[in-house]
Formats: sequence, C-alpha cells, structure tokens
Amino acid sequence: MKNKIRIGSGAGYSGDRIDPAVELIKKGNLDYIVFECLAERTIALAQLQKMQNSTLGYDPLLEERMKACLPDCVSNNVKLISNMGAANPIAAAKKTVEIAQNLGLSNLKIAAVFGDDVKSMLDFESQTFLESGDSIAVVEEQIISANAYVGVEGILTALKEGADIILTGRVADPALFLAPIIHEFGWTLDDYPLLGKGTALGHLMECAAQVCGGYFADGALKQVPNLGNLGFPIAEINEDGSFFITKLDDAGGMVTQATCKEQLLYEVHDPTTYLTPNVVADFSNISLKELEKDKIEVLGASGQSLTGKLKVSVGYHDGFMADAQISYGGSYAVERGKLAIEIIKERIKINKIEIEDILFDLIGVNSLFKSNGEQTNPAEVRVRVAAKTATKEEATRLVNEVETLYTNGPAAGGGVSKSVTEIIAIQSILLDKNKVIPQVEIFKSNL
Amino acid sequence: MKLKDLAHSRTGDKGDIINISVIAYNEKDYPTLEKLVTVEAVKKFLGETVQGEVIRYEVPNLGAMNFVMQKALRGGVTRSLRLDKHGKSLSSILLEMPLEINN
Repeated sequence: MKNKIRIGSGAGYSGDRIDPAVELIKKGNLDYIVFECLAERTIALAQLQKMQNSTLGYDPLLEERMKACLPDCVSNNVKLISNMGAANPIAAAKKTVEIAQNLGLSNLKIAAVFGDDVKSMLDFESQTFLESGDSIAVVEEQIISANAYVGVEGILTALKEGADIILTGRVADPALFLAPIIHEFGWTLDDYPLLGKGTALGHLMECAAQVCGGYFADGALKQVPNLGNLGFPIAEINEDGSFFITKLDDAGGMVTQATCKEQLLYEVHDPTTYLTPNVVADFSNISLKELEKDKIEVLGASGQSLTGKLKVSVGYHDGFMADAQISYGGSYAVERGKLAIEIIKERIKINKIEIEDILFDLIGVNSLFKSNGEQTNPAEVRVRVAAKTATKEEATRLVNEVETLYTNGPAAGGGVSKSVTEIIAIQSILLDKNKVIPQVEIFKSNL
Repeated sequence: MKLKDLAHSRTGDKGDIINISVIAYNEKDYPTLEKLVTVEAVKKFLGETVQGEVIRYEVPNLGAMNFVMQKALRGGVTRSLRLDKHGKSLSSILLEMPLEINN
C-alpha cells in the first residue's frame, strides 16, 4: 500500500485542452490522471447521440484524448479515470480497447462503470423538480435522459479488479478523485472526516486549470504568468488526508492561496454542507499554507454522514432559442440600435411571431473599425435579439426579421448573424441512493 | 473605493443559482468586507439581474464570503437567453460595487 499518491487533473470540461494533460502524464510522476468531462447538459446531448447510434454517446474527444495519453500512461504506469463514458460507458470502453490495440498496447484492463442511467425509474406521479417545483410529469413527453450523480462505489470495484482505465457515466465530479484515494489508502466508506478531505481535493482539482491560474487574471491586479501555456494541476495526498496542490515547474500559470480560495468556493453554496453521494463535506474550516512557490497545502477539510439521496439530472427538450445580431457604428449608433429594437418589437406584433421570452441587448467595442484616432463613445453597438420559442419555425421567423433590418432598418446596419438552436434543458430531482446499483464491466486489450 | 480594491471574486453556477465569492486580498480587510458587503448591498447593486433570494455565507478562515443567489440566470444555464448564460462575468461586475469606508 502506498503512503502517498499523486493525482493529475487532465480536463476541466469536455472540450478542454489535451496537451497540458499529456505533459502531466509525462512529467508529473503521477499515479492517476483524472479527466472530468461531463457538464450538466452534456449527458443529455450524448443520450440523443446514443439514440441515433448505439455505438456512440460517449465524449466526442475520447478518441483524440486516448490516442494522445495512453502511450505515456502505460510507460509511466499512470491509471486513467474519466467520466468520458457519458451516456454510453460500454461503447467508450470498447472504443478504448480498439484504440489501445491500434497503439500496440496489450493487456490493458479497461472498465466501464455504469448504472447511473435512472430514466426507467422516474416516478411521474410523485416526483417534482427541485428548481421549478413542477411535477416531472409536465415534461414527461420531452424527457431525454435522467442520470444520477453516483459516488465512488463503481470506480472502487473497477480498481479492485485491477482496471488500468476506468470510464464512467455520470459520477459526482469529486468522486473521480476520491475513489482512487480510498482504494490506495484503504479508507472506509464511513470515515466521513477523511472522505471530506478527499472530496476537498477532488473539488479543487475537478476544473483542471481553474486552480492554477485559469479563470483568474483580471487584466490589472491579478497577473498570471504564461497563460498561453497554462498547466494543469497535480495533487499529492498522504494517508492522513493532508494534501497539497501544485503544477509542473515548466508549465504556465501559478498555484497560490488566492487561486485555491477562488476554486474552493467555486460552485459551492453552504461551505459547511457540500453535498456529495459519499459524504457531506465541510470546507468551512479549511486553511491554506504556501509550502513553497506554486505548492499550496490544504488543511482542515472535514465531513459528516450522508443524506441517503442522490441528485438526478433530468434532460428534456424545451423548445428553441433564436439569436440574431446586427451592428451600427459612429454617431448615434446607440440610437440606431434602440430604433432597430423598436422595429423588431413591432414586426413581432405585426407578424404574430409566437415568443415565450425575449431579451434585447446592445454589445460592442471595436468590431467595425480599428481606429487610432478619435471615435464616438461608444464607437459601435451590436444589437442582439435572443428569444425562446416553442418551435423551430417561430425562431426562424424571428431571426429572419432581424436580417431584414439590412434593407428595412436604420442606416448602415451591418454584420448580421443569426442562429436557431434546440434547447435541451436540465432540472434535478432526488432519488434514494439505495435504488441506484453501480455496475462494472471489464474489457481487455489483446494483440 | 471599490470592492475590487480589497477583494477578488469568482462566479460558479448550478442551474438557475449562482454563487459569487468575495475574497479579501489581505485578510486584515476581511472584517471591513464583512461589515460593508451585506446581502442588502449586494442585492441592491446587482439590481434586476438577480431575481431571487441572496444568502451570504462567511468563511473567515479564508477571509472570504460566498454569496448564493437564486434565480440569477434567467432560467438557468441550459435555458437562459443571456449571452453569458453561466453568469461568469457577474463576479467582475460585483467588484465594481462602491465601498463607503469611514475611518
């Protein structure tokens, strides 16, 4: 059993950069690399893809990431854990077997962890959305997906089976980090203070660059070195749950008390009560200590027993979004922007365009003309009309009305853009934890 | 003086709820922030952007406060009509809040 382990964070969201992850695997002296790639809505989009093709529904960058990372993971003995399985962990695992074999990597154990899909368990008679308070029956016909945020259990099983690569569906983000810590140190699932410490680590790491200088520089007081080559973080944790966050010496960015504080509170509500499937973590007594440059020790995280409930994200079709824009520059740009908005309001009435909600914005700095001389203030405005409609047709009618401002609107309107996109909305419900059974299937790469 | 002179900040989102941290650059300024950056002051400053309740959590260990705001994204990240659906820019906006400091 190890007395300390090092975990790298290889992605903070589905589309994140791949090169910093490869750098970490090569030079980070890691035991594990974790890729968190599943935003609230991503799994609903993946489910739609799976419905069209049963071999898809996993992360769109899975193939590219695996090709870039697997050779160094194998040569440096780094295990990989990720929720890139999205709506289809089995297909993701099979695809990864194929990629490994094509790379000449044999004897890899690749685990699919699933059981988070609870769509068949939805109870339309009694369950209500936490956000709106509405019965879920209101959107019954439009529901695409329902996935529970599960805990460490499935990943632990896969680790016990000796998996080298673990691909999950929906898992609470910090659990991706907490699971290997529990596995390596033999922590028990009822040692809540320790689980709270591991959860704090996971929470700090799950957004990758956001703890080492990403989403931080303010253009003035808060400077971050070498943002173009921003590194991803490494956490090193001891058996007693004490840990520090650091980065590679030659990577851009920085790990400071300030970057850690911002990330510690990111997406947190009550810091004493951070709800996860395995522990109610308490971040309120955390203190930070700079051990050396770019190395911050995190002390004092704790935790209490469970709620017995899991959060379930329900994804459903919720109409369409129209977005159309047009720009005006020079004197009276704002007046013309406002005039354009009044014209659109009138066109909506005349043509009876059915809209559920609409927003009018004025945007802009220097998109029309790069000038060194004197300019009006503001030099330009970009009118943005954004609306929610029940149908694609109504959304299209609206964006086309904005386009007609070219020939029918105020003077010198330019650069129209228009888009119509389907809205996939997410709301949450709670489900008893004991109803959700983790499942694991292991595949092997053979040459 | 503005809040940005004493504190830094980050927005996070969950559904239609955002949290905006307010973190003292220097922990000695934390009591001042706790006194001046009240729920009422924040609600007033952000105006109609935040439609729901605002709760303030204090984390003196970190010299920080965490403001949790309901109905802050016009329906939530997945349905909002706003250009910034996540409310990520609202931390910078909040830091423009004027602080009246009487010595």
